[in-house]
Amino acid sequence: MTDLTKLTIADARKGLAAGEFTAVELTQAHVNAAEAASKLNSYVTLTPEKALAMAKHSDEKLSNGTAGPLEGIPLGIKDLFCTEGVRTTACSNILDDFTPTYESTVTAQLWRDGAVMIGKLNNDEFAMGSSNETSRFGPVINPWKASGDEADLVPGGSSGGSSAAVAAHLALGATATDTGGSIRQPAAFTGTVGLKPTYGRCSRWGIVAFASSLDQAGPITRSVRDAAIMLGSMAGHDVKDTTSVDIAVPDYEAALTGDIRGLKVGIPKEYRVDGMPAEIEKLWTDGIDWLKSAGAEIVDVSLPHTKYALPAYYIVAPAEASSNLARYDGVRYGLRVPGKDITDMYEKTRAAGFGDEVRRRILIGTYVLSAGYYDAYYIKAQKIRTLIAQDFAEAYKKVDVLLTPTAPSPAFAVGAKTDDPLSMYLNDVFTVPVNLAGLPGISLPAGLSAEGLPLGLQLIGRTFDEETLLRAAGVLEEAAGFTAEPSTWWRA
Amino acid sequence: MSENKNLIEGATGAWEVVLGLEVHAQVMSQAKLFSSAPTKFGAEQNVQVSLVDAAMPGMLPVINEECVRQAVRTGLGIKAQINLRSVFDRKNYFYPDLPQGYQISQFKYPIVGEGEIEIDLADGSVKRVGVERLHLEQDAGKSIHDQHPSLSFVDLNRSGVALMEIVSKPDMRSSEEAQAYVKKLRAILRYLGTCDGNMEEGSMRADVNVSVRRPGEPLGTRCEIKNVNSIRFIGQAIEYEARRQIDVLEDGGEIAQETRLFDPRAGETRSMRSKEEAHDYRYFPDPDLLPLVLQQEMVDALAADLPELPDDKRARFVREYGLSPYDAGVLVSEKVSADFFEEVATGRDPKLASNWVTGDFFGALNKAGLSIETSPVSARQLGELIGLISDNTISGRIAKEVFEIMFETGDDPAKIVEEKGLRQVTDLGAIEQVIDEVIAANPDKVAEVKEKPKLIGWFVGQVMKASGGKANPQSVNELLSKKLEL
Repeated sequence: MTDLTKLTIADARKGLAAGEFTAVELTQAHVNAAEAASKLNSYVTLTPEKALAMAKHSDEKLSNGTAGPLEGIPLGIKDLFCTEGVRTTACSNILDDFTPTYESTVTAQLWRDGAVMIGKLNNDEFAMGSSNETSRFGPVINPWKASGDEADLVPGGSSGGSSAAVAAHLALGATATDTGGSIRQPAAFTGTVGLKPTYGRCSRWGIVAFASSLDQAGPITRSVRDAAIMLGSMAGHDVKDTTSVDIAVPDYEAALTGDIRGLKVGIPKEYRVDGMPAEIEKLWTDGIDWLKSAGAEIVDVSLPHTKYALPAYYIVAPAEASSNLARYDGVRYGLRVPGKDITDMYEKTRAAGFGDEVRRRILIGTYVLSAGYYDAYYIKAQKIRTLIAQDFAEAYKKVDVLLTPTAPSPAFAVGAKTDDPLSMYLNDVFTVPVNLAGLPGISLPAGLSAEGLPLGLQLIGRTFDEETLLRAAGVLEEAAGFTAEPSTWWRA
Repeated sequence: MSENKNLIEGATGAWEVVLGLEVHAQVMSQAKLFSSAPTKFGAEQNVQVSLVDAAMPGMLPVINEECVRQAVRTGLGIKAQINLRSVFDRKNYFYPDLPQGYQISQFKYPIVGEGEIEIDLADGSVKRVGVERLHLEQDAGKSIHDQHPSLSFVDLNRSGVALMEIVSKPDMRSSEEAQAYVKKLRAILRYLGTCDGNMEEGSMRADVNVSVRRPGEPLGTRCEIKNVNSIRFIGQAIEYEARRQIDVLEDGGEIAQETRLFDPRAGETRSMRSKEEAHDYRYFPDPDLLPLVLQQEMVDALAADLPELPDDKRARFVREYGLSPYDAGVLVSEKVSADFFEEVATGRDPKLASNWVTGDFFGALNKAGLSIETSPVSARQLGELIGLISDNTISGRIAKEVFEIMFETGDDPAKIVEEKGLRQVTDLGAIEQVIDEVIAANPDKVAEVKEKPKLIGWFVGQVMKASGGKANPQSVNELLSKKLEL
């Protein structure tokens, strides 16, 4: 039998339907792979019994003709998604062994459609980070290594567990969340596809909140088609999240026509940042050429407020986070460190429960919302946010999608930036504006760096036009023909 | 603004007290403001708590539209501006009974803007008090400190319950005015059915802002007395606090802006926290909630459906029933009494009905410590009693006797009149017979009455007494005049 972990979701779906293998076999292969990959530290909780029970159920449904669109497909779930009866920690000590009595809407929809849960995936604590090094469970190691170098690299973040697990074939796909690039940048660092849908496309209910006005769930997969398949199950209006939007979920797979003739692709000049490595510059040019050859029309556009995006993001996101994380107070659930009075208990609990990066952002957020600073920081950042959204709206009068690099560099070494938050934050320079404007974006692998590391290109779409985005991404994927795989050094 | 007749005399001259109220009124609704948990009072601890109310990870608020409608109804009831776009903000602070670590409230853009309330004062005058705004917000849970020697317990049943905060302008000038304002506001809320107004259950409470100044001078520094939960305490707290501030100022001191608590046992206010210790609530728009946008049609429909409110009802009682504005005011001050009156008055003499309801009936309830809801006499029964007076079955005097028996036994008046033989004697022959007996027995008085016709009252009394009060007084009068040739 072929190695079942090498399949895409689309292939596996075909194989299951044709009875070439069972869901239990498919699941077992992934459970085995995940159990043999502890060096990557991508899973923080494995649920093999649950996985096999779900797979068994899927086999029944496959045999009696009631299979859902994701029947028997093994997935990993970012530990930010609340999963009923399975420990959910956001990779923070403050949640201790918190085990939800409820299931997030997005994962509930995946299970509704037949998917199988292999386990919970590592991430930066509360999704705050760009390298998956702030997790309470320790860093995730990128399956990729630079050629001739044994140094451990980061898988990107915050969805580093998701990107590493998918790249290392420890799941056919994974859920992830993206607040400032947390799906797309890890996808770029690991040679995977990461889709951040339009804000409001997927319900946020049951996902541990980081920054409510920016957070959005999406898939990390090994192909654009797989991303389309997963999004079809993850998306949809939810009455429990009033920021989710009540518009029908289209057939995203049907959007992959392979035909982008006449599509207008914008190239924002402001994304040509100082000090961008030549290989990323070249990748971008390659992307432009591929789309042009496929019949797209390339249009130079300007997004003049781009340079303010990162500063605005690092005001808005921490502000919301400082308030969202106030509920972790040791009173009702999660960690409690006793104190001599309530204030002492709060202080000891939160000091022990939150890591440095989370504390840094709570401090920044509390500061920018404080009396006397609110107008200068928060209000100004919101105005910038409006201007950035207007920039995009202006551009979309002329073009259908935008093409940019996903990240300004390939994956870097573990520990390289942990003491330099600013340089860490700069990783998100190309992804953050998309969140501020609430737009859909996708990163796909388009080439290798000189050191043999994957590099990603990002396509940015119009609000709720994931179909055009996926169509363009499908063509780009085809043209890039990215087939490189990391060596399996981590296998036990 | 009219001259203030409520100045407080200090050692160094007269002072004026300036009052503004922030009333927190619990919205009558089946479910909480942002969750579907029930809101019933008196439930077992922590049984009316949803995942949202307990602020579990990943939970999101969803606005309860009934609470929005209730706020709009209330805004319409106080003749206020309804804001078609309002915004929910987070008010951030840590407290164990505040699970989210923030209260969802409305800061910059409230759902209801400026309005006004007419208050009725003891001297019969009416004063307009401005309302600054009304906004929706979540209530907190309850900390319980007396169940364990070293720990506090938390009950989240109230957590997330919808409150309306109704902020007045600093338009009141005496404790009487403040009390009248709360009474009137409570009546309006009860008429609207938007808050039950039960202050003893905590469904309505007030923060009272008090400052004093010399008449005509700019506003003084204010102190806020938090969470006063009865109309009586509001009066006491204001009286105490105004006097305290005057004493401080007359001693050459300054008023420190601060939050104070009223201690009903000691009858005094005490400092709770100073302005410097005040929280920085770090308000910002709640990113989990879109701005609340209302359609004008929805507001219009609610306006068209609004019940008759106290002021309109009073005007109608004066107009339709010919009541005095004062009596009408007493009757409409509570919806139950207005409803009770209208039932009594239906098909009867409305003035007589009003006198009976506000007089004997309220008097008896007060004396017995009962309310209309617990009254042994129903509106139907009181109406029947008035019917018996009007059709001359009994006299007004006998009616008072009958009413007392009704109040004791809960029996119908007709039954009591029949059983006790209290039916009025209207048989002129029978009355004549009694009159003849009285005249025959008192020849001296008969002589006197010729000189002093006013003495006829004595004869009436004798006849009534002899008839056991059952003779029709009007007939007695007429017959006596004839017999005595007056």
